Amino acid sequence: MTRTTDTPATVRPVTEQRRSPRRGRLSGGVNWPLTALAAVLALTVLIPLYLTVVTALKTPDQLGGSGFEWPTRIRLENFSDAWNLTNFPRALLVSAIVTVGAVVLTILSNSLVAYAIARNLHKPFFKFLYYFFVAALFVPFPIIMLPATKEMAVLGLDNPVGLFLLYTVYGLSFNVFVYTAFIHSIPRELEEAATMDGASTWGIFRRIIFPLLTPMNATVGILTCLWAWNDFLLPLVILSDPAARTLPLAQYVFQSQFNTNYTVAFASYLMAMAPLLLVYLFAQRWVISGVMRGSIK
Amino acid sequence: MTQSSKAFYWMAVPALVLFVTLHTVPALTGVFFSFTDYAGYGKWNFVGLENYLSLFKDDRVLSSYSFTFLFAITTTVVVNILALGLALLLNAKIKFQTAFRGLFFIPNVLAILIIGYVFNFIFSNSLPLLGQWLGIDWLSTSILANEDLAWLGIVAVSAWQAIAFSVILYLAGLQTIPAELYEAAGLDGASYWRQFSSITFPMIGAFFTINMVLSLKGFLQAFDQIVALTNGGPGTATESVAMVIYRGGFQGGEYGYQMANSVVYLLVIVAVSVIQLRTLQRKEADF
Repeated sequence: MTRTTDTPATVRPVTEQRRSPRRGRLSGGVNWPLTALAAVLALTVLIPLYLTVVTALKTPDQLGGSGFEWPTRIRLENFSDAWNLTNFPRALLVSAIVTVGAVVLTILSNSLVAYAIARNLHKPFFKFLYYFFVAALFVPFPIIMLPATKEMAVLGLDNPVGLFLLYTVYGLSFNVFVYTAFIHSIPRELEEAATMDGASTWGIFRRIIFPLLTPMNATVGILTCLWAWNDFLLPLVILSDPAARTLPLAQYVFQSQFNTNYTVAFASYLMAMAPLLLVYLFAQRWVISGVMRGSIK
Repeated sequence: MTQSSKAFYWMAVPALVLFVTLHTVPALTGVFFSFTDYAGYGKWNFVGLENYLSLFKDDRVLSSYSFTFLFAITTTVVVNILALGLALLLNAKIKFQTAFRGLFFIPNVLAILIIGYVFNFIFSNSLPLLGQWLGIDWLSTSILANEDLAWLGIVAVSAWQAIAFSVILYLAGLQTIPAELYEAAGLDGASYWRQFSSITFPMIGAFFTINMVLSLKGFLQAFDQIVALTNGGPGTATESVAMVIYRGGFQGGEYGYQMANSVVYLLVIVAVSVIQLRTLQRKEADF
């Protein structure tokens, strides 16, 4: 079997082994004071998360203190209450539709547009297109929020479909920027050879360019996913049907109705954060390298 | 036109049409209505530059600009200092490096609205107890209810979330520095601080620029975290520009007026970004 057919699981122990003697030699080089500092600083991230978890488990009468006390009696009904009061399954479904729709449509369409632009920058039309999209990076959403909301309502797009369409279109500015930089590094010889073999431009994109863009697709996908899942302002103004709310929007509505019901509210926050947090825990290495890649290009 | 170049147009033109429909057209209609007294519904008349002139006499608008700038500049500075420090720490030879990197990125995976609600609880319940226990006067009541201090709470929460992303950009920058440079500096006996100021910082200059520009632009648009923490209060002390546009435009019947505000805001953001890019890039070249 060749290396390429190895699964990552079988590759990893090999590289670890190869690396370990070198690490062993450097183990005296581990900076323990700095490691301790990192551990202390990590508390700034962990403490608010800890507070969210313990508050979500408490009964309301345990809220008197600083909030950091360990729960003496656990009330799991907080979660079922939050589940019903925020219509959690519904909000989860809407958030999932919006996020998956935005990620898939963004990767497919934005890479295609960037490919057309990157290979034709010598033509005035595509050069104009490039600067037109990138210039829009300077136009933040709050500035076009009022007319865009009105227009989406007129077009009948004040729903989850319209929302992921907006993420796809508004993402173009940044994504065209990173995709074209990446495409410039792909040698044209590949495409020229394929043209000789009679491949069409669409065929070249589908079979050669798109697969080569995989690392960039991952980066764009991760950033779009974080944006669409966590955004609040766009769903707030675009979604008009109270039955179709994303998770952050559902938290906002819940908060304005039951603003003192902390234990149930925190259970609800925890449930809203959990899906993406779980995905992240399993894919963290991949997420971080993806974000880093986007910044180097 | 050859077959292949026709295909390229087919790839790009639909996206252009969508972009113009959903981004450019709203922007232009917005500019158009900024010269009218349109309330968001019903009839409207042209009022010329009246909206623009009124903006400069409107205390609520002016104070939202000064709050937004104070908040955005402070947070940008705080985030970039802390993120650079944290990136250096995470790039040093520490144990569990990957695990720490993963952990410090968590805030970026969470919705800032929800983070805001959690910190709202900490600011109004936990911190006052700590303040009373330590005998610190200003901390013994909720800082979010304090007109002079509420903005610091918003800075803290925004920084807590944004540092994660900046750290990753700085880490990416630090990895582009060849290790040989440090070995040579080490042989020459350069101090740690000297290595930072002569090697590290100049080598990641481009990452510093991009971080500063992205941070400032992001914080100038602040909305979610303010809704969750103070909802603009106490009074209107922490109303950001985005919030004034939202409230006036959707709830206050000031569509035309708030569009004038948006146009001015756009010009301000473009000007700030251009100035920032120019000065920072000139600095980069100087190193």
